[in-house]
Amino acid sequence: MTLTHYLVLSGILFSVGASAVLLRRNAIIAFMGVELMLNATNLALVTFSRLHGDLTGQVLAFFVMVVAAAEVVVGLAIIVAIFRTRRSASIDDVNLLKS
Amino acid sequence: MSAALTASALVADLTSALPGGVLPQAVDSPGDPSTAEAVLFWVLAPVMVIASFGLLFARKAVHAALSVILVMISLAFMYVTQGAVFLGVVQVVVYTGAIMMLFLFVLMLVGVSTADSLVETIRGQRWIGWLAGLGLAVVLAGVIGTAAYPRPVGLQVANEDSNPVGIAHLVFGEYVFAMEVVGALLVTAALGALVYTHRRRLTPRVDQRSRAALRVRSGQHLAPLPAPGVYAKHNAMDVPALDPYGQPIEDSVPRVLRVRGQEADAAEYAARIDRVIGGRAAAERGVAARDEQTATPPPHADPGGAPAGEPRIGDAVAGVDAGAPDSEEGK
Repeated sequence: MTLTHYLVLSGILFSVGASAVLLRRNAIIAFMGVELMLNATNLALVTFSRLHGDLTGQVLAFFVMVVAAAEVVVGLAIIVAIFRTRRSASIDDVNLLKS
Repeated sequence: MSAALTASALVADLTSALPGGVLPQAVDSPGDPSTAEAVLFWVLAPVMVIASFGLLFARKAVHAALSVILVMISLAFMYVTQGAVFLGVVQVVVYTGAIMMLFLFVLMLVGVSTADSLVETIRGQRWIGWLAGLGLAVVLAGVIGTAAYPRPVGLQVANEDSNPVGIAHLVFGEYVFAMEVVGALLVTAALGALVYTHRRRLTPRVDQRSRAALRVRSGQHLAPLPAPGVYAKHNAMDVPALDPYGQPIEDSVPRVLRVRGQEADAAEYAARIDRVIGGRAAAERGVAARDEQTATPPPHADPGGAPAGEPRIGDAVAGVDAGAPDSEEGK
């Protein structure tokens, strides 16, 4: 195997995460799709870091993780707030906000 | 035309990456994966891909979350094998330990049983979604397949004084401003979550003081309810307590027993107190004691084997009673 295999795996995981965002209606599962995409990006970053012998890629992956933690906190708070008013965690119901 | 070109390039790349073709290269470059790493990869990668499909096809959100956790732990293994030890640990601590547990907490809060609705609000959205996902996969495969990679350098030099130290030199040196900004971002996110989940109180808070004031205003039961049971004689939950005038207090029996109709009759005790108050007790003490005795014979006076209700036994009891009134009184 070569390091390219890691990149192929990263690409597969990224597309699966994107498909989950596009296909699933449950807001929490769609959100987990976003997390999977971020993880796939991190794998690519770590692989590139090894490819170039430079730790900057790992530092970038570290920052991605921290920002993802902040993003998850706010996103889940929004989901909980919407669930309290609508009694539903489905993305389709959120368009009722406009009426 | 270009799609065919990328596809052929990808096929060529994949065929060149077959184990037979790649082994000579692996000996050459220091950054190339070893055989042990290849074994780990080929064990973990299918597991990860199958688990990530759980995100697409799992019907329950909890199963999707568990499969994502599996993917993330496998990713931590891959980071460690790739020389990113620090990131591997952070992956387990932050992603699996904090973020996914937060997801599970919110799933419990929102309701585990919330199933996906199958009603399509946008027509054909499912097929468009599948197409877009597949298209993204093809584009990514094309990019990965056609890119020209340098010979892998490896992290032996960069990780010379251990991987965390190398990362610390970068994070607290070159990227220290980004580090500060990220800290501010984390504080802002925590505050944002507090604001979003804050629920404003619609009704005034009912505290102990207002509850006491309400009770005084209603004018009933200022003190706690009396305990059930007549302590001198019959101390049980189903017997009403007697008030100072000898009358049974209905409220002293627990409400559940009253609703079920399991309340015991306290008329007997109340009647005796009536007699005491009426002043007849001194005069009729012996008669009352005998009446009570004949009504309910004590167990020790009942000889075994004798049929109940026989007049002979009643006479015998009456004789005993008449012979020793003091002992009966002491009971």
